[in-house]
Amino acid sequence: MTEIGIFKTDADQSLFHSVIQISNLFRNSDFVLRIYGILKHQGLELANRWQNPKSSKKHAMLRIRNLKCFYGRIMAIKGISLSVNAGEITCLIGANGSGKSTLLSAVCGLLPDWTGEIELKGQSIKGLDPPALVRRGISLVPEGRLIFPPLSVMDNLKLGAYTRYKKKAAGAVEEDLESMMSLFPILRERFRQPAGTLSGGEQQMLAIARALMARPRLLLLDEPSMGLAPMIVEKIMEVLEVLRSGGLTIVLVEQNALAALEAADRGYVLETGAVVLQGAADELLADKDVKRAYLGKDYGDFYDAG
Amino acid sequence: MQEILQYLFSGLTNGAIYAVIALGFSMLYSSTELINFAHGEFVMLGSLCMVTLAANLGFPLIPAFFLSICAVAAAGLLFERLAIRPVRHPEPIVLIIITVGASIFLRGVGMLIWGKNAHSMPPFSQHPPLDVAGARLLVQSIWILVIVAALTAALQMFYRRTLTGKAMTACAVSKKAAWIVGIPTKWMVLLAFGLSTGMGAVAGAIIAPITMSSYDMGTMLGLKGFCAAMLGGLGSLWGAILGGFLLGILEALGVGFISSGLKDATAFVLLLLVLYVRPQGIIGAGEVKRF
Repeated sequence: MTEIGIFKTDADQSLFHSVIQISNLFRNSDFVLRIYGILKHQGLELANRWQNPKSSKKHAMLRIRNLKCFYGRIMAIKGISLSVNAGEITCLIGANGSGKSTLLSAVCGLLPDWTGEIELKGQSIKGLDPPALVRRGISLVPEGRLIFPPLSVMDNLKLGAYTRYKKKAAGAVEEDLESMMSLFPILRERFRQPAGTLSGGEQQMLAIARALMARPRLLLLDEPSMGLAPMIVEKIMEVLEVLRSGGLTIVLVEQNALAALEAADRGYVLETGAVVLQGAADELLADKDVKRAYLGKDYGDFYDAG
Repeated sequence: MQEILQYLFSGLTNGAIYAVIALGFSMLYSSTELINFAHGEFVMLGSLCMVTLAANLGFPLIPAFFLSICAVAAAGLLFERLAIRPVRHPEPIVLIIITVGASIFLRGVGMLIWGKNAHSMPPFSQHPPLDVAGARLLVQSIWILVIVAALTAALQMFYRRTLTGKAMTACAVSKKAAWIVGIPTKWMVLLAFGLSTGMGAVAGAIIAPITMSSYDMGTMLGLKGFCAAMLGGLGSLWGAILGGFLLGILEALGVGFISSGLKDATAFVLLLLVLYVRPQGIIGAGEVKRF
C-alpha cells in the first residue's frame, strides 16, 4: 500500500477521471482538492501521506459487540466484538468456516438470528431487513457475485439504485451510472449486453458497481477475489483503495489474506467464530503467526510474480 | 380447405385463451417457483364477475371488464396474504397442496354465490359472424385475439421498460440477490399474485360471451392453461403464448379430423409427451449464463 499505482501512464489517466467522478459521487470536495494537490506535484509522496490512515481522525462507522450468530442451534459466531472506522478498509481474514461470511450476513440483514449489538453510526440495526439496511447505507457485494444474468449490465446497475428511485433521484442515478462506467470502463463496453455473458472479473466489477449504485456509507465485500486471476484481483483492490480515498468505509472479507491486508488499514483474523488476532494491516502482514498460517512461507515469491 | 380454416379459427380463439391462462401460470412460477393450481378458479371468478356485472347489473362493457379484473386480482392478493405468506416452512409441495385446497374452496364459494346453473352473456359487439373464404369467424374471436395481443404487449412493456418489471425479473433470477440490492421481495411476490390472477380474470372475462360460465368451469381451463405453459416452457413469456396457441390449434384439428371426444384428451397427451421428451418445454426458461 506504499504505492497506489495510478496516474503513471496515459491509460491510467482514465482511472484518474473516474476518481474525480467518484469524489463527486460522494460529494467530497475536500477530496477533490487533495487530488489537485497530487496532480500539481505529480509525486506519490503526497499521495502516501494522504493515504496514511493515522493522519485522519477516526470514528466508528460500524461497532459490533459480543455478536453471536446462530444457524438453528449451531452457534457459528461465538461472541465477536469489533469496530470499523469510518473511511478505512477493514479486512476480516480466516479459513473456511471461520465465520467471516456469517458476520457479513448478520450485518447486512440476511441472517436475522443473532444476539449482541450491531450499531451503524451508533444506531442499532436489530430487526432490519436487507432493503431497510440498504436505505440506511449498507451495501453488500455478495459471495459468488449474484448479479442478474438475463438482465443487461445497465439494468443490473439501475436495480442497484432501486431504493433511490422512490426519492425522485432518477437524475442522480443517471449521473452515478456514468461514474460507474468511468470507474469500470469495461462496463461501458458491455452496457447493453446480458450480464451473464460477462467474464468472472467483469461480473465482479459489475457486482461492486451495482452495490455502489445505492450510494452506501458502508460497503461490505464477501470474497471479491474468489476465482479471479491475480491481475484482476489487483485491479479490484486498487478500485477499493480509490473508493476508500473518496471517503467510503469498506469491510472486506477474504481468504486471499495477502491481497486483503495489502489493501486494508486494519485487519481481524477469525478462527472458528472468534477473533484470534487484530491490529493494523501492516503489523498483521509482518506478524509471524499470520505469515505462517495465512500467507504461506514464501509468499514474497508469489507477490513478486503477481 | 374451408374446413381447415374453420378449425383454425376456433383453434386460434381457444388458443388465445389458453395462452393468457398459461401466462398467469408462467409469470407466477418465474417469480415464486410456485404452481398455482387454483389459477383456473380465478378464471372462473373473472368470467362469473363479468357476467354478473355486464349482463345482470347492466354495467357498460368496459367498466364491467376492468372491475371484474380488479375484483379478481384483489381476491388473488388476499389469497397470497392469507394462505401463502403465513406458511412457516414454504416448501414447494406444501404450497402446491395449499393451492389445490384453495381451488376447492374457491369452487365452493363460486357455487354459493352463483349457484349451480350456467350463466351467459351477449358478445362484446353485436355483429353477425364474418365470412372469411367460406369459414365463419365470430366477432368475439377477434375481440379475444385483440385483447390477448394487447395484454401480451403490455406485459412485455412492463418487463422490458419499467423498473418494477425488471425488479420482478431480478426476483425470479435470485431472491437473495434481489433482496440485498434493496428490492422488497415480499411485495414483488404479492404483485406477481395480483398480476397473475388478474390475467386469469381477463381470460375469464373474454370467454364469458362464447361459453357458459359456471362455478366448475375453472378446473378444466386451469389444467389446459397448465398444459400450455408446460408445453411452451414454464417460466417463459413467449413459451406460454406459443404453447397456448399450439394447444388450441392441435385441439381444434383433433376434434375436426378425428373425434370430438378427443378435445380434452389432446391436452393431456401433449402434456405427457412434453414431460417425456422435453421437460423444459419448447422454449424453456432460456438461461443466459457463462461459467
